[in-house]
Amino acid sequence: MALLELTNIETYYGPIMAIRGISLNVEAGRISVLLGANGAGKTTVLKTISGAMEPQKGRVTFNGESIQGYDPDRVARLGIGHVPEGREVFPFLSVEENLQMGAFSRNDPDIAQDIERVFDYFPVLKDKARQQAAYLSGGQQQMLAIGRALMLRPTLMLLDEPSLGLSPRLVSEIADIIVRVNDEQRMTILLVEQNARMALDIGHYGYVMEVGRIVMEDTCEKLKSATDIQEFYLGIRDEGVRGRRRWKQRKTWR
Amino acid sequence: MEILQLLISGISQGCVYGLIALGFVLIYKATEMVNFAQGDLMMMGAFFAYTYANVLEFPFVIAVLATIATMALIGVITERLLLRPMIGEPHFSVLMLTIGLGFILRAIAGASWGNEPRSLNTPYAGGVIDLNGVILGYENLVIMIGTALLCALLYCFFRFTRLGIAMQAASQNQLAAFYVGIPVKRIYAIVWGISASISAVAGILVAPVSLIDPQMGFIGIKAFAAAIVGGFGSLPGAILGGLLIGVVEQFAGLYLPTGFSDVSAYIILLIMLLIRPQGIFATMQQKKV
Repeated sequence: MALLELTNIETYYGPIMAIRGISLNVEAGRISVLLGANGAGKTTVLKTISGAMEPQKGRVTFNGESIQGYDPDRVARLGIGHVPEGREVFPFLSVEENLQMGAFSRNDPDIAQDIERVFDYFPVLKDKARQQAAYLSGGQQQMLAIGRALMLRPTLMLLDEPSLGLSPRLVSEIADIIVRVNDEQRMTILLVEQNARMALDIGHYGYVMEVGRIVMEDTCEKLKSATDIQEFYLGIRDEGVRGRRRWKQRKTWR
Repeated sequence: MEILQLLISGISQGCVYGLIALGFVLIYKATEMVNFAQGDLMMMGAFFAYTYANVLEFPFVIAVLATIATMALIGVITERLLLRPMIGEPHFSVLMLTIGLGFILRAIAGASWGNEPRSLNTPYAGGVIDLNGVILGYENLVIMIGTALLCALLYCFFRFTRLGIAMQAASQNQLAAFYVGIPVKRIYAIVWGISASISAVAGILVAPVSLIDPQMGFIGIKAFAAAIVGGFGSLPGAILGGLLIGVVEQFAGLYLPTGFSDVSAYIILLIMLLIRPQGIFATMQQKKV
């Protein structure tokens, strides 16, 4: 049984159907990635998992427990850490307080030790421990958001576009941390990305979404070599025989 | 001498405005709702203190603590029953709800304690300190000390306790607070409890100076002006705005024609909105969409 199972999820924004029946499984210990263009509904999938949105239909099962309709804080306490899109740190709390808030639901004495571990992952944050989070750079805020989610000691971490607006160097730094966390702490990760190259490089299993549906799923190795993915997400294309591509040949998944 | 005397009564009146304004700001910061029943919560607090101290004849300190506890409970229940179902509804509906709540509280108070003014028995009523001709009544002294203590207590709570920091977190970024596992809805209830008990303290402090009657909550409107003057959303600003309005009111009462004392709060509000609409302490940020 997978750690997280989505079965036939349908989620609406008012009258707009954002998720049109999605089923996916996140296996324990793996990095699963969810790819897709803008507006494909990736973020909505994550919001549906973490309880910020309620699905109209379908089931979300975590560790065998049906969690759809739970309040987000309750989902978090079950062990799902969510790093939202666009960082969303607490701007007027210090870096250290942000991390402490990440451990709000915990009551054990190891919190200080975990803060040290986050500082070990992201040494920049240690120098700025007493600064307000609003004064961090975008990349540092992203690190803080990831660190804050780690403080929950989640079994599953949802990452929503951690590479958004970061320089290529920072992207690879973040990618390294994701791999390291997955490796060292055996933490299961569901990564939502637009940066398909990075995501497919570090991921184990991938899903591709288009307008609210999953149109393709496979191991990341295979996805990387699939021609559609190469064309649409990696920007690799062979030139046609006559040196130009015909639009008629363009595939759609619908 | 006269100026000093006015200053003292202005400050003590301003402290009361400031405390009620604090209640407004706390609820607004945490839940983005404006509770127009704040003044009436103060009135309820004063009546409960009257019940505990005069009717049931508890020792004064016990009566104060019992009042605070009662009002905290009323605050929490109000949030749970009336405000929580309104989460996500338009601000306007919430506004009407709290205005209605104010009417209900006044009616309840009128029905259960009657409409004639009452006075609260306090151990310190009537005493004065004579500072070279400036008279400082014990009631005023207690108002000032009480306000200062309460502010210090709140500062420490928000600065150093986990729950206090979590409340800040929830007000700064509600969704992120949910995601890290802070029980935001419970936090809202606690904020209402704290806010109602601050009003209760304000009610107890002001009771020896002005009498207790169901209409006393209307000074909440002046406190609302104080909260805006302070920069709606800033806790020190609320107190400062209250003090400003309290002091100006006293001076206007003496130096300006009759009637100016009562409207001076709103005159300050208008001037403030014209020259510095963000208030003394600007903490309001542009809302992210």
